[in-house]
Amino acid sequence: MKILVAVKRVIDYNVQVRVKEDGTGVVTDNVKMSTNPPDDNAIEEAVKIKEAGKAKEVVAVTIGEDKAQETVRKALAVGADKGIHVKVDGIIEPLAVSKILQKIVEKEKPDLVFMGKQAIDDDCNQTGQMLAALLNWPQATFASKIEVKDKSLEVTREVDEGLETIETNIPSIVTCDLRLNEPRYASLPNIMKAKKKPLEQINASDLGVDTKPRIEQIKVEEPPKRKAGIKVANVAELVQKLKNEAKVI
Amino acid sequence: MSVLLIAEHNNKEVKPFTYNAISAASQIDQDLHVLVIGHSCEAVVKSISEVPNVKKVIHVDDATYENYLPENFASVVIKNSENFSHIVCSANTFGKNLMPRVAALLDTSQVSDIVKVISADTFLRPIYAGNAFATVKSTDVKKCITIRPTSFDPAPTSGGSAEIVKAEKGEASTLTKFIKREEVKSDRPELGTARVVISGGRGMGSGDNFKLITAIADKLNAAIGASRAAVDAGYITNDHQVGQTGKVVVPDLYIAVGISGAIQHLAGMKESKIIVAINKDGEAPIFSIADYGLEADLFEALPQFLEELNKLNTIQK
Ligand SMILES: Cc1cc2nc3c(=O)[nH]c(=O)nc-3n(C[C@H](O)[C@H](O)[C@H](O)COP(=O)(O)OP(=O)(O)OC[C@H]3O[C@@H](n4cnc5c(N)ncnc54)[C@H](O)[C@@H]3O)c2cc1C
Ligand SMILES: Nc1ncnc2c1ncn2[C@@H]1O[C@H](COP(=O)(O)O)[C@@H](O)[C@H]1O
Repeated sequence: MKILVAVKRVIDYNVQVRVKEDGTGVVTDNVKMSTNPPDDNAIEEAVKIKEAGKAKEVVAVTIGEDKAQETVRKALAVGADKGIHVKVDGIIEPLAVSKILQKIVEKEKPDLVFMGKQAIDDDCNQTGQMLAALLNWPQATFASKIEVKDKSLEVTREVDEGLETIETNIPSIVTCDLRLNEPRYASLPNIMKAKKKPLEQINASDLGVDTKPRIEQIKVEEPPKRKAGIKVANVAELVQKLKNEAKVI
Repeated sequence: MSVLLIAEHNNKEVKPFTYNAISAASQIDQDLHVLVIGHSCEAVVKSISEVPNVKKVIHVDDATYENYLPENFASVVIKNSENFSHIVCSANTFGKNLMPRVAALLDTSQVSDIVKVISADTFLRPIYAGNAFATVKSTDVKKCITIRPTSFDPAPTSGGSAEIVKAEKGEASTLTKFIKREEVKSDRPELGTARVVISGGRGMGSGDNFKLITAIADKLNAAIGASRAAVDAGYITNDHQVGQTGKVVVPDLYIAVGISGAIQHLAGMKESKIIVAINKDGEAPIFSIADYGLEADLFEALPQFLEELNKLNTIQK
C-alpha cells in the first residue's frame, strides 16, 4: 500500500499574526513558518502504518512557493520516503489545490491520501473533501482514530455530537484531527538523511490546472478589539459585578 | 437569484443552528428554499415549512440518507442545485463535511465560515483563528457558502407555511458505511446556543474535578465547555471543545477556569458578551480579554463562587 500525504507550509501556530497596514493581507516577512499542525499528524499516522508493515511507501506533497520545500524535507525527516513539490506562486485556493492533488494522485496512484482537517491560515476546511469529490473516493474527515483493515479503513471522526465511526473503502481520503496521534520530532541524523531522499519538483502550469483565484480578497482587517477589563479582588466582588454591573446572572 | 439551504437535522428534529443559517441565507436573497435530505424526517420537513423566511421545502427521503453520509448527500444536492445561485449550509461538522464535496462537483471555490453578508457576492470571514477578518468576493456563478451560525440570530420558527415538494434521490454510493455514533446526551443547554458557558482547562487537573464546574453550570443553567488541552488529557469528551478546531460560542457570559487563553482557544469564545477568567497566574493571556479577571486558585474560588450564587435568589435562567 502507498500513502500520499499533503502538507502545507503556514505561519507557525505560536506566532501572533499581524494584519498589514495596507489591508492586503497579514505580515509574513521574517515570520516563523512551520508545517500546518494537523498535517504533522497526517504524516505521523502514515509513517506509523508503514512501520506496522501495512504500507510500503509514504510520499509527501506540498503545493506552494519554493520555500514550501522545507515542509516536505521535514516530512522526509520523520519518515516519508519521497517528496513532491508543486510550484505555484501567490495565493492558491483549496479548489485549485485539490485539482493539483488529483493530478498527483493519478500519477502516483496511492491507496490512501492523508491530509490535515484544516489549514490554520485560511481556516477553510475544504481541500480533503474536494479532492474526495474530484476522485469520487470516500472521505473520512476529522479523524481521531484510523484502523487499517483488508480493503477498508475504520475511522473514528470527531463530530459536534461526539464521536462517529465509519468504514470507508480503499482508496480513501482521510483528514486528520490533532488528537489522532502524537507527532514525533525529527532527530538530527534523520534530518541529514532526509537531504538525500528524492524530492521531485513540478510546475503547477505543467499539470494543466488553472490556479487563478476565484475569490477576490478585497481587504484584510484587524478584528474589533475588546475594551480592557478589570481584575476583581475576590469572588464576592465578581458575583456582585456580574449581577449589578454586567447584569448577566 | 435563489438560495438553497441544506438543513441540518437528526431525522426527528431540526438542529437549532439551521435557524441561524436560515436567517443568514435570507440576507443573501429572500427567495430561500430549504433542502431536507433524510430518512422518515417528515417532522423536520414540517418544522422547516413553518419558518416564515422559507419559500419552499424540498424533501428527499430514503433509508440511505439516515446517517448524513456526504458521498450520498452531495449527489442529492447537485441534482437539486440547478436553479439556485447560492448553496448554503451551517459551518459545523455537518456542513464542513458536506459542502466542499458539493462545491468541487460544481467547480466552485467555496467561501467558508462567513460571519457577515455584505452583498450577494461579498462576505466577511475570519482567518488565522480570528486574528484577521477578510472581506472576500466570490466570482463563481454558483456560490457555495458555509455560515458561522453564532454570528447570526436564529430565524423565527413559526408563522409560515411554505410549500413542500418531494424531489428525486441521488445516486446511492457504497463507498462509505456508517457504523456508529457515540452521542453524548445531556439535559444541559447546547454549547452553541447556551446563554451562559463555563469552561475548564488543563488547570482543572482531572476529569473528576470538573464536578466543581458542573455544580456551577447547574446553578446558572450553563453549558460546559473545555480547552483542547482538557479534552486531550481525557478530562472531558471532545464535543465540549471550544476554539479554532472546536466549537465557536457567543454566550452572554463565558467563564474560563484554569484556561491560559491561547489564541486557538480565544478563536472560539472571544465574541462572548461578558468574559470572566479565573486563573492563578496573573500573567495568563486570558486576562487580557476578560471583562472580569479573578486571580485565584480555582479549587478555592469555585466553591466560593457556588456559595455566593446560592446566596442570590434571583438567578436569570
Ligand atoms: C492547530 C491548533 C489548533 C488548536 N485548537 C484549539 C482549540 O480549538 N481549542 C483550544 O482550547 N485549544 C486549541 N489548541 C491548543 C492551544 O494552543 C492550547 O494549547 C490550549 O488551549 C491550552 O489549554 P489550557 O489553557 O487548558 O492549558 P494551559 O495552557 O496549560 O493552561 C492552564 C492554565 O491553568 C492555570 N491553572 C493551573 N492550575 C490552576 C489552579 N489551581 N487554579 C487556577 N488556575 C490554574 C494555569 O495558570 C494556566 O494558565 C490548538 C492548538 C493548535 C496547534
Ligand atoms: N498548498 C497546499 N499544499 C499541500 N497541502 C495542502 C495545501 N493546502 C491545503 N492542503 C491540505 O489540505 C488540508 C486542509 O486545508 P484547507 O482546506 O485549506 O483548510 C491541509 O491540512 C493540507 O493537508
